[in-house]
Amino acid sequence: MTEGGLRILVVDDERAIRRFLSATLTGHGHLVYEAATGKDGLRALSADRPDVVILDLGLPDMDGTEVIRQLRSWSQTPVIVLSVREHEDDKIAALDAGADDYLTKPFGVGELMARIRAAIRRVAQTGSEPVFEVGDLKVDLGRRRVTLQGREIGLTPTEYDLLRAMVRHAGRVLTQRHLLREVWGGAYDTETHTLRVNISNLRHKIEPDPSRPQFILTEPGVGYRLRAER
Amino acid sequence: MGYNAETMTTDDRRPDADRLLAQASAELEREGRGRLRVFLGYAAGVGKTYAMLQAARQRQAEGVDVLAGYVETHGRAETQALMAGLEAVPARHVEYRGTILREPDVDAVLARHPALVLIDELAHTNAPGLRHPKRHQDVSELLAAGISVYTTLNVQHLESLNDAVAQVTGITVRETVPDRLLDEADEIELVDLPPAELLQRLAEGKVYVPDQAALAVERFFREGNLAALREMALRRTAARVDEQMRSYMQMRAIPGPWPVAERLLVCVGPGPLSARLLRAGRRLADELKAEWFALHVRVPDGPGAGEATGPLAENLRLAEELGAAVAMRTAPVVADAVVAFARDHNVTKIVVGKPLQPRWVELLRGSIVDHIIRRSGELDVYVINSAGEDSVPRAAAGARGPVRPRPYLLSAAVVVAATLAGWPVHQVIHPANLVMLYLVAVGLCSLHLGRGPSVFASALSVILFDFFFVEPRFTFTVDDTQYVLTFLGLFSVGLVVSALVTRVKRQAEVARKREAETYEVYTLSRDLATAATIEDIAEALVTRLGQAFGLEAVLLLPAAAGGSGALGLQAPDGRPDLEEEERAVAQWAFDRGRAAGAGTDTLPGAAMHYVPMVVAGRSLGVVGVRGKGTEWMEPLDRRRLLEAFVSQAALAVERVRLAEQANEVEVLSATEKLQTALLNSVSHELRTPLATITGVLSSLLQDADDPVSGGVGGGAMHSELLETAWEEARRLNRLVGNLLDMSRLQAGALSLRSEPCDLQDIVGVSLAQLADRIGDRAVDVDLPADLPLVPLDAVLIVQVLANLLDNALKYSPADTPIGILGRLSGERVLLEVSDRGPGIPPEDLDDVFRQFQRLGRDEKVTGTGLGLAISKGIVEAHGGSVWAGNRAGGGTTIGIALPVRPCTPKPAEEP
Repeated sequence: MTEGGLRILVVDDERAIRRFLSATLTGHGHLVYEAATGKDGLRALSADRPDVVILDLGLPDMDGTEVIRQLRSWSQTPVIVLSVREHEDDKIAALDAGADDYLTKPFGVGELMARIRAAIRRVAQTGSEPVFEVGDLKVDLGRRRVTLQGREIGLTPTEYDLLRAMVRHAGRVLTQRHLLREVWGGAYDTETHTLRVNISNLRHKIEPDPSRPQFILTEPGVGYRLRAER
Repeated sequence: MGYNAETMTTDDRRPDADRLLAQASAELEREGRGRLRVFLGYAAGVGKTYAMLQAARQRQAEGVDVLAGYVETHGRAETQALMAGLEAVPARHVEYRGTILREPDVDAVLARHPALVLIDELAHTNAPGLRHPKRHQDVSELLAAGISVYTTLNVQHLESLNDAVAQVTGITVRETVPDRLLDEADEIELVDLPPAELLQRLAEGKVYVPDQAALAVERFFREGNLAALREMALRRTAARVDEQMRSYMQMRAIPGPWPVAERLLVCVGPGPLSARLLRAGRRLADELKAEWFALHVRVPDGPGAGEATGPLAENLRLAEELGAAVAMRTAPVVADAVVAFARDHNVTKIVVGKPLQPRWVELLRGSIVDHIIRRSGELDVYVINSAGEDSVPRAAAGARGPVRPRPYLLSAAVVVAATLAGWPVHQVIHPANLVMLYLVAVGLCSLHLGRGPSVFASALSVILFDFFFVEPRFTFTVDDTQYVLTFLGLFSVGLVVSALVTRVKRQAEVARKREAETYEVYTLSRDLATAATIEDIAEALVTRLGQAFGLEAVLLLPAAAGGSGALGLQAPDGRPDLEEEERAVAQWAFDRGRAAGAGTDTLPGAAMHYVPMVVAGRSLGVVGVRGKGTEWMEPLDRRRLLEAFVSQAALAVERVRLAEQANEVEVLSATEKLQTALLNSVSHELRTPLATITGVLSSLLQDADDPVSGGVGGGAMHSELLETAWEEARRLNRLVGNLLDMSRLQAGALSLRSEPCDLQDIVGVSLAQLADRIGDRAVDVDLPADLPLVPLDAVLIVQVLANLLDNALKYSPADTPIGILGRLSGERVLLEVSDRGPGIPPEDLDDVFRQFQRLGRDEKVTGTGLGLAISKGIVEAHGGSVWAGNRAGGGTTIGIALPVRPCTPKPAEEP
């Protein structure tokens, strides 16, 4: 796993946040660039070529989602969004616009590092790893086999497709729309009901305690995340 | 006793309390009112207008803002000269039957609002279509608006002198002014000129004389007439001065020869004599300086009983105008009622009219006057003669409906039937006993057919009895003279029976009507008692008025509560809005606190009759009513009943307004308490974590600055400090989140993003959120696998569950388990979070969801007491409910119920 040596761009108008992130990330061995506005951020993105962008949604000059939209038109750099709790709609909009993940303020450094790692993995992971493993759960994408503590779990084709989609983006939050499109195709992207039923069924099969899930985590109001590390 | 002995023996030097009160209230009313000065003359040409203008010029010289509202100079040069330099409003020109009439422009004067306005000729009758029929009403309005008025008046126009003037001069004056106006005038200035001089001025053409009336004028301007009129004017002014002096002396307790207070009672009926009686009563009252009453006694079985219509209403109105206190009584015996009223009101003198009935009627039925005199004891009784042109039979006495033939035919049929019934047995039964059959017939007729037909039946009975049963039969001749006695007996018994039955029926009718009225008022007051809002009151009033009177009604209230602003229509739905003109009339009634519109003297052309709702002298609103035609306003009783209705409604409106105000105050003080609690709680809750974090950071800083001494200790100590700060920071975050949610809930800004959610998922997320706090605590989750998806806002419900779990963790020992139970109950899903803590005292169970409630205030347990209040707000916004209870075996259960069916979530309620 890539530890340190990343070039990270922090776009946030709060000086305290920039300072804190800069100190923390530098402490972890990364190189940090700072920008206080959306325009500066976009400029720094083209000038400094960072590996990851940490972007605050509430910028003084332009909407964070708009920054992502502009950025995505010419760059595939992973973007992690910072937001405050009550704006679920903004988070979804940002994710749909192309952000890779989000963090709710206030957040712990551990969480931040995990998000950065997951985002980097997406870029690195071009030749997909055929076997995904977290805890007791093992998903063999090549053989379409799912085992829990070595026991094979029987999944319906839809449940398997769902799990595979999450495995492919393990550690990242996936909006409901994203999952629906990937598993059922574009025509079904409002059928959240079907998605929930399948997630619930999947949990009952792979989670030891479905009411306290270990693998498939719910991001309330946004979507789901498959745990990638422990 | 005729009147209270105490009043007689009271030390006269002591100011009479009643009088002082009257004076005080008169002065109170005068406050803010304009002052009225009347220039009183005895005839045209004595120089009233001239005197008025002179006085006005003088006021103007003193710096008073004077406006000539309307001055009739009659083209005289010296008068016109006085007008120069006075500001004048142009007169209104009203066209009436081809001629242009000049009238004072009241609205212009009100708009200009001078301190003093001149309005000539107080007794003038306005052109039709103006606001008031009479000019003196215009003047009253100006006075009420706080504008002082100078006006002119000839003595012959005074209402109470109307008859006297007609007697002296032979000319009946049509334009009259109520005496009340002159009584209320602040000053009366007599403009006097010896008759000889006046006649000389007339000869010189200095007196304005309308051409067409030259002959009448010639008859009028005779020295004898003028002398008599002059005497009246002088007397009137002298009486006024006397009265002023008396009240002044009494006010200051100056001793003097006080006459015993006299009280006068005038008996009023519907006839024209009563008008004369009233005028005489007024003069007598003036001379005696007496208070006076006008009383009408209704006989329950009299014609038109129960309603004061037409001439009677006219007379009662006249009495009011003349300054009498008007009263009505219902009693079977007029004389008794009159005497009883007199005794109740300490009346000393009774004025009655000489009866107009023929002598024989008087002998038969007795005369009311005789009865009164006999029963009056020590009271003086004045009997006024009904001389000359007034001796018209009582109008009401003849007021019967047209004769309908049907009842008479029916009564004839009944009598014929009695004859037919008697025929087969007349041989066996003595004719005198056959009379009984006829009596039964007459009784039946009077029971069912009324008085006329039963009298007719009596007569017919006698005839048929004579013809068929008395020897010689089939003739009208009678052999045995004793049958004459039988005839008389039969006829008179028939008459008496019919009279009695008719009387009982009328009494029953009146009683029924009374009861109906009482019932209506009672029903209204019952409806109003339960009315909680103005809308309820409006509805009750409109419904009752519709049922009791068949009237269409509207309730108008000012737009701003308690204000005197423009009226905003408050009426049950579906009622058309009022037109602009109607609204103006209603506004007038509201501003002046007096009835206006149809059936009144003010703006009678309006479609509706508007009665102000006055409580404690303040107008609260106006009730407008409209009936079919105009007759519905006629009976005085109905008007009084309407007034009773309106005053009931007024009280109800006042009650609702007061309740609203009290409520507002209560809410305000509750809010204040809440804010204090919030401030206390929040400042404590915000500072505690901040203090911890600051402490930790400062010690770490010190440590970094001073690495040699080792500071607070080694790595273990560091990490413990940091963990504390971390925990406290998260607590701070939760608190801020709660505060934000609370304010959002209170501002009604909470918007639900409802989607079908898996409760298992929700529970999982909330458990994950509290994972650090739960640590190793046992949490038993019992959720059936087949729970349906529930439409809810996942983020908010997760927060609710997190709050409930947080409470459970906080308020129970660390080694006890927490339970989460979910189940389906009908259309709702229930979720319960239980602990094994100390539980909640039963009396506090209802309070736990209120803000800033922290029960069992264990100082070690932190929190603002916002969590449950927020949870409740969120769940209710979902259309669900929350509850709290104690578990069997100890501990608390907090539950929420959420509807399973996709509901349209109600918007979060305003605070």
